[in-house]
Amino acid sequence: MLLIRCPYCEEERPELEFRNAGEAHIARPTNIAAESDDDFEKFFFIRANPKGVIYERWRHIHGCARFFNAVRDTVTDKFIMTYKAGEPKPAKLPGAAK
Amino acid sequence: MTAAFRISGAGRLSQARTASFSFDDKSYTGIEGDTLASALLANGVHLVGRSFKYHRPRGFLSAGAEEPNALVQIVRDDARKTPNVRATVQELYDGLTANSQNCWPSLAFDIGAVNDLASPMFSAGFYYKTFMWPKSAWKNLYEPKIRAAAGLGVSPEKPDPDHYAARYAHCEVLVLGGGAAGIAAALAAAETGVRVILADEQAEFGGSLRFESGARIDGQGGFAWAQGAVAKLKAMDNVRVLSRTTAFGYYAQNFVGLVERVSDHLKSPGRELARERLWQVRANRVVIATGAIERHMVFANNDRPGVMLASAARTYLNHYGVAVGRNVGVYTANDSAYAAAIDLKKAGVNIAAVVDLRDNPAGPVIDEARALGIEINFGRAVISAGGKLRVSSMTVQPKNGGGERTVPVDAILMSAGWTPSVHLFSQSRGKVAFNDETKRFVPGTYAQDCVSVGGCNGTDGLDATVDEAYAAGAKAAKEAGGKAGKSAKPKVDAGESCSRGMLGAAPGAGPGTTVKAFVDFQNDVTAKDIRQAVHEGMRSIEHVKRFTTNGMATDQGKTSNMHGLAIAAEELGKPIPQVGLTTFRAPYTPVTFGSIVGHARGALFDPTRRTATHGWAASQGAVFEDVGHWKRAWYFPKAGEDMHAAVNRECVAVRKVGGLFDASTLGKIEVVGPDAAKFMELLYTNPWEKLETGRCRYGIMLREDGFIYDDGVVGRLAPDRFHVTTTTGGAPRVMNHMEDYLQTEFPHLNVWLTSITEQWAVIAVQGPKSRDIIAPLVEGIDMSDEAMPHMSVREGKICGVPTRLFRMSFTGERGFEVNVPADYGEAVWEALWAEGQKHGAVAYGTETMHVLRAEKGYIIVGQDTDGTVTPNDAGLDWAVGKKKTDFVGIRGLTRSDLVAKGRKQLVGLKTKDPKVVLEEGAQIVADPKQPIPMKMIGHVTSSYWSENCGRSIALALVAGGRDRMGQTLYVPMPNGTIEVEVTGMVFVDEKGERLNG
Repeated sequence: MLLIRCPYCEEERPELEFRNAGEAHIARPTNIAAESDDDFEKFFFIRANPKGVIYERWRHIHGCARFFNAVRDTVTDKFIMTYKAGEPKPAKLPGAAK
Repeated sequence: MTAAFRISGAGRLSQARTASFSFDDKSYTGIEGDTLASALLANGVHLVGRSFKYHRPRGFLSAGAEEPNALVQIVRDDARKTPNVRATVQELYDGLTANSQNCWPSLAFDIGAVNDLASPMFSAGFYYKTFMWPKSAWKNLYEPKIRAAAGLGVSPEKPDPDHYAARYAHCEVLVLGGGAAGIAAALAAAETGVRVILADEQAEFGGSLRFESGARIDGQGGFAWAQGAVAKLKAMDNVRVLSRTTAFGYYAQNFVGLVERVSDHLKSPGRELARERLWQVRANRVVIATGAIERHMVFANNDRPGVMLASAARTYLNHYGVAVGRNVGVYTANDSAYAAAIDLKKAGVNIAAVVDLRDNPAGPVIDEARALGIEINFGRAVISAGGKLRVSSMTVQPKNGGGERTVPVDAILMSAGWTPSVHLFSQSRGKVAFNDETKRFVPGTYAQDCVSVGGCNGTDGLDATVDEAYAAGAKAAKEAGGKAGKSAKPKVDAGESCSRGMLGAAPGAGPGTTVKAFVDFQNDVTAKDIRQAVHEGMRSIEHVKRFTTNGMATDQGKTSNMHGLAIAAEELGKPIPQVGLTTFRAPYTPVTFGSIVGHARGALFDPTRRTATHGWAASQGAVFEDVGHWKRAWYFPKAGEDMHAAVNRECVAVRKVGGLFDASTLGKIEVVGPDAAKFMELLYTNPWEKLETGRCRYGIMLREDGFIYDDGVVGRLAPDRFHVTTTTGGAPRVMNHMEDYLQTEFPHLNVWLTSITEQWAVIAVQGPKSRDIIAPLVEGIDMSDEAMPHMSVREGKICGVPTRLFRMSFTGERGFEVNVPADYGEAVWEALWAEGQKHGAVAYGTETMHVLRAEKGYIIVGQDTDGTVTPNDAGLDWAVGKKKTDFVGIRGLTRSDLVAKGRKQLVGLKTKDPKVVLEEGAQIVADPKQPIPMKMIGHVTSSYWSENCGRSIALALVAGGRDRMGQTLYVPMPNGTIEVEVTGMVFVDEKGERLNG
């Protein structure tokens, strides 16, 4: 069972308290009604599904109930870092080559 | 009476404490502290099982958890018949009853052994080749006959009456394995004051010190030292010592699963003791000290009962005081079997000969064996074992060929070397590395905060092991925050050391031979099978494994994997590391379902939610149905009524007089804040800004793709406060959906969401007399039609307690929903019930609720919709705000397929024969005479007998349904085709006048 650091509670908690909520940094268009079919397809249907580093949303549903973002390696399952919802995609990951 | 093979003066058990037991209905006597294996061996019993495929007679290979052969059924009573128990780990208790498995009519004469003669038919991959055709053979031959012939024990027929405990634990240092290495590591870590857990699978700590007669630590025999050290650890407050506890799984971030066998070794466990306890431990550092497992030699008929690992024979002698034979042969490729020969010889057992594959080995154990007068043959091989139900001889030949000699023996001890137990390290996702010099895989790259010490790390020698383990224990504790402790490193005075050995088939079982030289005993895989797999094109060891089933039995290849790998590598002409090692997966040894399930069974499997009126409904004889976790009153039968009669009566009464219905399970969410209306505008299709305080609206929630996600009536209690209801099943996901948008897409909105499902009990009072029933109990609310029209909400008091009183209807009748704090739910219900009785109102359940709403064409999300239905499809376009510029799903609704013609639309159906009630889910076709497969144009979503209409009614999703009004369609069923007419969705009071009736 993974330990996940909730950036709001500021501590590691067991995976059972969390729920995955899909890929992060996919902003809902502000004028969504005017989106083209292609743009809506990209926004709603297309996901990266990478092997390696993934940016995804998690919710501390059985804790503080906040949504936050996490960087995880899909090969090792390791969480590289977590950060609050609304914060930008980190430019540099901890432990990444300098 | 002392058993025949019990050696007086040998072993550590007290001869005085006897225990009687039975095996295959024959009674024997053992000693407390025995395993079933040692007790049977003490009585001269070697034959204990039949092999999986060939039904070959089998005995004990080992004295531990790696045992592939000696699987028995332990029977306590009808419900406690545990199959596939390794006799080598089952502790003896007085009265133990064990039976052999996979044989008929008896263990000694097993009809299934004909498979052994027919073995060419059952060679490697035969599952894939044989179970192919003809199709009919599946039914008549493969399933009933071949599968029955191959097998292990039988499952008990009754539910498991035992209970299983579970514990979570945290520690700084978790030490897995309680041999010399594990104990040394635990001592070092414990002295720093950090929390330490030490676990070992055996009843007693010591690991290989159980048999290493040459080990001396701190001036004592190795095993005695281990007991003293563990006693010291047990006395420390910061240490938890777990015996009979197997670490079976190593998961992410040092999360380790262990199972403790609490009472399987007791004569009468009693109800207070759990059978097993699951430990889920999170450790800061893990020290893996799981030792090594001895390998067998791969030669012809190496599976005959009496042929066993050298270390096993030493364990039986030195720990249990049991000789495994009287005239014993030894076959080895390393030093460690000599120690077995020496120990047995000193105990008075004749050693017929030591056969050593090596050419000219030298060393102290060899000298000692020679000095004891043991015959030693270098450069020779045992090419075959004689005997059937018990080994009777070994045939010896120079390893490069030459004259054969047959030596009579009653047991053969073998040792091909030791395989480090890297299972847990590998499960931790560490990468093993092959040491070419010692021909073994040892821990290479670590993936977690753990360290391997001793035998499982490829460390040879007791001295080096204790040094390494003690240092590792101290380091792990320090890294986990321990203070420097006083060093009290155990001093190794004398130890044993062995390394090297051989991998793969021994001479006589090499390429080109067809003898039965077993690699994997339990799955009957021979050296020949592995080679055949390579010849048939398997290149990866993973393919060889699956084709031959090598290593796939319950022992998971503990003794066989390395031999199999070496044979495959030789046949492929590749070095071993290039062929690879199969993945180690949890569990290390078999784990019962009971220990994993724990208390989560029966009533504790899943929570049950009950409403405030549950007790009242039960007392009225209500029949309940499960709706999610909820128990809901389904219908309230009177004496002599079946469901049909009860529902008919309830339906008529509600429309005629009135009825009470518990609607508490509906999800309820309070949306509060200055931006509450703006938030509602975004989450629901309807307009909300202009909804007046005190009014209600039926809201539809979509997903971003435009499909209906949920619905419910929403009341505006104040400009900044909405009382939202959701479907019963949808409550949690609607809350999640709302929170998601609020937190991540619309965080600028000043809104709070609170689940209030459990806080408010909801009593629906419906029917023409509903106002008359409620009004006498209500204070502070004008319930006249003028003051409180349909779809309005008022706050006030009922029976003296606060209420949110909704005027709304899910029946089409004048109706109210009385919300009161849940604690008052039952009392208010009873007060309303008393009022209702004056008018002849009924209590009704979910079935009547369903019928009444279907009579009005009100949909149920999830029944009449399925995640592909838009508001337009459901005839609810009126609920979508046409002037709105944004809400979740607005863009999805304009997708080309969602506005295309011919979509399935919700319509009503009337069967031509009004008595026929359609089946929900039944498919609909336009032309019943078309050839099969027919073109299906829709399906029935809701269907009931309507007593109020005097006929059946149904709702259905039909392609282009609203353009088919009046058309005849067909519902083909097994017993004939049913004709239906497409109608509107409202079957009762089309004009809606009864809402004010």
